Amino acid sequence: MAMLGVFQSGTTFAESVSDLDQYQLNMRRGVTDISAEVYDLHMLMFIICVVIAVGVFGAMFYSILFHRKSRGAKPANFHESVKVEIAWTVVPFIILIVMAIPAAKTLIAMEDASEPDVTVLVTGSQWKWHYKYMDNDVEFFSRLATQPDEISGKLEKGVNYLLEVDQPLVIPTDKRVRFLITSDDVIHSWWVPDFAVKQDANPGFINDAWAQVNEPGIYRGQCAELCGKDHGFMPVVVIAKEPAEYDKWIGERQAIQEKAKAEEQRLLAMNMSKEELMSNGQKIYTSACAACHMPNGEGLPGVFPALKGSDIALNDMATHIDIVLNGKTGTAMAAFAKQLTMSELAAVITYERNAWGNDTGDLVQAKDINAALNGQ
Amino acid sequence: MSTVTDTIHHDDDHHEHHAPPSGIKRWLYTTNHKDIGTLYLWFAFIMFLTGGAMAMVIRAELFQPGLQIVDPNFFNQMTTVHGLIMVFGAVMPAFTGLANWLVPMMIGAPDMALPRMNNWSFWILPFAFLILLSSLFMEGGGPAFGWTFYAPLSTTYSGDSTALFVFSVHIMGISSIMGAINVIVTIFNMRAPGMTWMKMPLFVWTWLITAFLLIAVMPVLAGAVTMVLTDKFFGTSFFDAAGGGDPVMFQHIFWFFGHPEVYIMILPAFGIISQIVPTFARKRLFGYASMVYATASIALLSFIVWAHHMFTTGMPVFAEMFFMLATMLISVPTGVKVFNWVATMWRGSLSFEVPMLFALAFIVLFTIGGLSGLMLAITPVDFQYHDTYFVVAHFHYVLVTGAIFSIMAAVYYWLPKWTGKMFDITLAKWHFWCSLVSVNVLFFPMHFVGLAGMPRRIPDYALQFADFNKWISLGGFAFGLSQLIFLALLIKACSKKGEPVSDQVWEGAEGLEWEIPSPAPYHTFETPPVIK
Repeated sequence: MAMLGVFQSGTTFAESVSDLDQYQLNMRRGVTDISAEVYDLHMLMFIICVVIAVGVFGAMFYSILFHRKSRGAKPANFHESVKVEIAWTVVPFIILIVMAIPAAKTLIAMEDASEPDVTVLVTGSQWKWHYKYMDNDVEFFSRLATQPDEISGKLEKGVNYLLEVDQPLVIPTDKRVRFLITSDDVIHSWWVPDFAVKQDANPGFINDAWAQVNEPGIYRGQCAELCGKDHGFMPVVVIAKEPAEYDKWIGERQAIQEKAKAEEQRLLAMNMSKEELMSNGQKIYTSACAACHMPNGEGLPGVFPALKGSDIALNDMATHIDIVLNGKTGTAMAAFAKQLTMSELAAVITYERNAWGNDTGDLVQAKDINAALNGQ
Repeated sequence: MSTVTDTIHHDDDHHEHHAPPSGIKRWLYTTNHKDIGTLYLWFAFIMFLTGGAMAMVIRAELFQPGLQIVDPNFFNQMTTVHGLIMVFGAVMPAFTGLANWLVPMMIGAPDMALPRMNNWSFWILPFAFLILLSSLFMEGGGPAFGWTFYAPLSTTYSGDSTALFVFSVHIMGISSIMGAINVIVTIFNMRAPGMTWMKMPLFVWTWLITAFLLIAVMPVLAGAVTMVLTDKFFGTSFFDAAGGGDPVMFQHIFWFFGHPEVYIMILPAFGIISQIVPTFARKRLFGYASMVYATASIALLSFIVWAHHMFTTGMPVFAEMFFMLATMLISVPTGVKVFNWVATMWRGSLSFEVPMLFALAFIVLFTIGGLSGLMLAITPVDFQYHDTYFVVAHFHYVLVTGAIFSIMAAVYYWLPKWTGKMFDITLAKWHFWCSLVSVNVLFFPMHFVGLAGMPRRIPDYALQFADFNKWISLGGFAFGLSQLIFLALLIKACSKKGEPVSDQVWEGAEGLEWEIPSPAPYHTFETPPVIK
């Protein structure tokens, strides 16, 4: 339930020096046995293709150089040869079989996600990833940590520009980690090049993939399926830790999330001041709402509706709370009841009802959200 | 391969046909295959420049990291409409235009079999594209879900312009189907006496097979867009799991159309190259029969490989294996074609006029695109290539330096026959060399950024891709500007300037179209030639 550390800046990870080469020409070998096999297969294919190309183009350029009219070449008369034609049908066929055998082996190994040590449910939504550890009570969202000002050019871009998130996925090394992949809205695709894992996240269906990482480190990828406006802004960052460190981390995470739940119950009984609601609300709005409804609340005409001056945000508070909590079917509006805590929901709705000249003066408290969630 | 035995009317003044009406009416009412061919070709060229202008917007935004020129929503509209326009507005109409001009002249027919339908199938096209382009000016903008319009991005999550998109695709489809029917009926019924199947020029053969592909798959596309329409506006759930549908089913339906569509855009190119290479090698095409069989095999195989576009969707491993092997098989008949062209040149007497330059560039660059296609077929590696710039590089090599270079080769090859004058050779050579260099600066580095991990369809990218993207954009601008040379050349050619050409135009050119006068008279083969 909790969305902790959303406001934690991405600097922790931005500081790690990018080892990515500006003029990288080729695929990386990656850090799993499978990714190494894939890399070898890629190189095998590449070399076979280069050899074929050199042969074909060699013959062609020989003709271009030596069989030209300006050198007095006289055309020959042949225009078919059954032997030659059978040969260049059969030989490529044999080459294909040579390619297909190792490819089939690797494919079967890749697609066998059985007997996992750790299972993570990966859910894509516009435009963030959600990770839920199936064996522990740990779940969180992972969003782009690059500042909007870096994108617009007002701030200098960090080394991991667009490849940094607020909360990376953490997995243990040397264990079979199984990823169950799905989506809450459109199709996304979860891709970590160093694991050779790219799997579509289809709404309503669950795909799986797996990786056994050999080296601890930070591995970066991106969403690989066009998923709307901010498709280019939903990176994947995975930290692989030694199993002991991983166990320590997951224990800490679990404790933090339990504490947060207790805190949420405590906040239910409290009323927050308008200043507190507005300042929390603005932060949450920026991270959860502004991608569509825009920082100025004006939306994108014809695509995403404006909140500034909207009837629901100015008058109909019950509907406003209902849409934020449960989404709006048939539109891109997601249900936020499971994405934000009650106090966060209260803050962001208060913010939407009082920002950009929406001066309703309405305050929404966590207990109002609790009431709406429990159907009161 | 064939010879005309009867005399051809060298002047068409003494028969009962009237001269064409002048002005706009000539073009609006025309049922003449040559006029309609010209209309198609000019329309395709205008669309090529329009879609190209959108590519310039894309490359300008990607010139450096960060968002500078357009917002991501508009960027997505540009990639979407660029793709739609280039596929349905530039490449396909250009091939239909060439078929209109050339098929009757190559088989000794006086016109297309269904001339009024021919007029229709052209004249609905401009309206289809006006509808598509006008959707860009709607509130919320035009389609932004990629030319592949995957559901549910194109249904629940799209804007109202989706209705216009669907309607315009329907019109394009109707136009294509009518054009294809016309080609089939013409070839089946109107071949001159003695023009047996295995004497038909390869351009006619490849177009005949293409036309069957069109009739088979355009209705599938129409079905897909209609389901998108009803899912979005009428509450059906074809592609929505919540209502019992399946978003992946959309991809199956789309690519069942989409893969044959790829061959619709390349088979006529094979035909063109098979006409041009023998002319400038002064030697008969090597392996004519195997060329025909290879084309037919490619067309048949194109129906059983569609899911290689979908390896990451989570198919069962058996299906992945099947589609990998079937896809690899296509490289066999495609290889046969390339080998045959090289064998045609082997021990020929080559000269390098402009159409031949484009044809040679086609053979090399299309083969590069074909080989990267073979790499993409290998499922385990495709997991790394899929939806990256490696794929963008691959399909631009087969579509730009493949299909579009073949269209340019065809225009240079037959333009003197159409106008009766030689085009400006200096301009043409500038056009060729500028295009050749810039197109490779544009598309070759895309292989590198793709392998290094840059996803496609993103308006902004990580810093490691910055230097190559700068090169790619510069190549793109240069390629765009190079096409203005082509525009200038075409305007000059259409104003009937230049040296008059002979009937045969090119030493070594063979076929019925080279035996009629240059320029080709308004009506040809009113009495069918007899072919021995």
